[in-house]
Amino acid sequence: MESSTLFDKVWSSHVVHERDDGMVLLYIDRHLVHEVTSPQAFEGLRLAGRVPWRKDSILATVDHNVPTTDRSAGIEDPVSRLQVDTLDKNCRDYSLTQFPMLDIRQGIVHVIGPEQGVSLPGMTIVCGDSHTSTHGALGALAFGIGTSEVEHVLATQCLLMKKSKNMLIHVEGRLPHGVTSKDIILAVIGRLGTSGATGFTVEYAGAAVRSLSVEARMTMCNMSIEAGARAGMIAVDDTTMEYIANRPYAPEGPLWDGAVAHWRTLHSDDDARFDAEVRLDVSLLKPQVTWGTSPEMVVDIDGVVPDDTNPDYRRALEYMDLQPGTPIEDIYIDKVFIGSCTNSRIEDLRAAANLVQDHTLAENIKLAMVVPGSGLVKQQAEQEGLDKIFKSAGFEWREPGCSMCLGMNSDQLEPGERCASTSNRNFEGRQGKGGRTHLVSPVMAVAAALHGHFIDVRKCVL
Amino acid sequence: MKSFTRIETTLLPLDRTNVDTDAIIPQQYLKSVKRTGFGVYLFDNWRYRDPGVLGQDPRQRRIDPDFVLNQTTYKAAKILLARANFGCGSSREHAVWSILDYGFEVVISSSFADIFCSNSYKNGLLPVTLEEAAVDYLFKQVAQDPAFTCTVDLETQIVLDANDKEFSFEINEFHKYCLLNGYDEIDLTLQHADKIKLYEAELKQSCPWLFR
Ligand code: SF4
Repeated sequence: MESSTLFDKVWSSHVVHERDDGMVLLYIDRHLVHEVTSPQAFEGLRLAGRVPWRKDSILATVDHNVPTTDRSAGIEDPVSRLQVDTLDKNCRDYSLTQFPMLDIRQGIVHVIGPEQGVSLPGMTIVCGDSHTSTHGALGALAFGIGTSEVEHVLATQCLLMKKSKNMLIHVEGRLPHGVTSKDIILAVIGRLGTSGATGFTVEYAGAAVRSLSVEARMTMCNMSIEAGARAGMIAVDDTTMEYIANRPYAPEGPLWDGAVAHWRTLHSDDDARFDAEVRLDVSLLKPQVTWGTSPEMVVDIDGVVPDDTNPDYRRALEYMDLQPGTPIEDIYIDKVFIGSCTNSRIEDLRAAANLVQDHTLAENIKLAMVVPGSGLVKQQAEQEGLDKIFKSAGFEWREPGCSMCLGMNSDQLEPGERCASTSNRNFEGRQGKGGRTHLVSPVMAVAAALHGHFIDVRKCVL
Repeated sequence: MKSFTRIETTLLPLDRTNVDTDAIIPQQYLKSVKRTGFGVYLFDNWRYRDPGVLGQDPRQRRIDPDFVLNQTTYKAAKILLARANFGCGSSREHAVWSILDYGFEVVISSSFADIFCSNSYKNGLLPVTLEEAAVDYLFKQVAQDPAFTCTVDLETQIVLDANDKEFSFEINEFHKYCLLNGYDEIDLTLQHADKIKLYEAELKQSCPWLFR
């Protein structure tokens, strides 16, 4: 048999039909749904007199609009409330599984899929959300789709697609202490640029990736889209199996054994060919900080704001109110956001809390918030006492959701405010009109919160 | 779906690279449960000086007169001309809905983000990818003469400008066929319903853990 990549294997096993023009009808195993990109899809389905093709493939939750403060009184903003109610109603009407706002299992859709064992290796997974690439950390082919495609999958369980090209990103070396998978992916994006992987499905491989936990792998796959790739994948190994075992929706008993036998095949063959290959050694990698309005505008923590006459750079500098040559460590911040589908899982919170321990926020920090990725992450953190550590240092401990990652609820930056954020996008206005976002890892966000400005986390006691 | 065949129109020059979907339509408007009415919020953060909310009367807002969308010169343009990596960022189809709702039918750039492209095809918006040099040339023409027009013809896959200069563009046959005819992809897919059912039955046998 011809040797194939991980992507080839998952793709070819899901082809239902291939047209003469090369378009493929691809079967979708798992469809995750949230309130923002689904209402128009359900409306379209209803207008056409159709029903969901396979209800048990769907899991829905609310994450973008939900408040992260007390929820017992419901959602105050009537527009947000309508959107959340609309999802509730659609799920009721079509008897779909949903984790509504007050369910302990509610959370950011990309956190709860893996957490529940709903996202599994070898699956095709879609969601009307570009960070669906996150689930590729489990050896799945997972990618974001638009609302018309959401409707298409609801109606047919398939998507019409053309196979993308395949890129290998080989990450070698031992990751230094204090440097995380967030720093790896930021460095990758810095190198490739935000459209460097457009048209590709990326596979992350190499010793550095193998040594990462599944949660840390998710952080990398999550930001594949920031390099332009619709999907990022990582081969299945023992770490993957251990992560999945005993999760609520994971297979059990004989089903588990069958699944594991299949999952063991989910890796690229040794001599498999990729359309592009990138190599990166992380043994000397430093913590990364973005300085501009695109994730590719990133530098080492001991670097300076770069000088460039490119008009995009000029515009970004102006928006960010920064001068070329300014050391990154001299940039003071107003707010700190620890959360989002990139970095809101239990390991992220543990690493952050570990650094917070017995310290307090710097005087100039107006607000530092920790927003767990799901109700279960929050519960676990509270059982470990992490909430107390954060709160006694002056952080706010919130309810799970997307929160200030995109500020669809009231968690937003004011114009001109500068934020150290563990999220994935630093676009103009992303966290609120006029807000200035610097993307960093959770430990770097904590270090900045405690010092009031960016600082190499390795200078703090780890 | 709306079909697309050919238009002749002026161009609106948006001289920026990496125009992301947050810039095309900011987060607060994604709360709508409708597909229409997004045109007034297109490029909201650049177009208005004050922050807006869904449903607000745009006449009550402070516009930024310097932003190209607010310049009457380009009011009639149905082609949006932009730089590389247009539509990067999120999967929000609202980006395409707002561009169409504003009145554009074509976006010309040297490259597009994947999801933006597939969303465009599904709504009858035509993304045209040209060489960077061609995009540069078009920017220069529009700068010299805002009344400069182009014809975009999908059937022949050609952009023909007022100086009779021609640029051809690539498009996948399937997308072309759907756009020209305004076909609904779901209908096309459901013609294969039996195949899907067959595939599903086999999958249930080989990977039963996927069905729970
Ligand atoms: S946390 Fe941010 S990036 Fe992730 S799904 Fe929510 S809004 Fe999107």
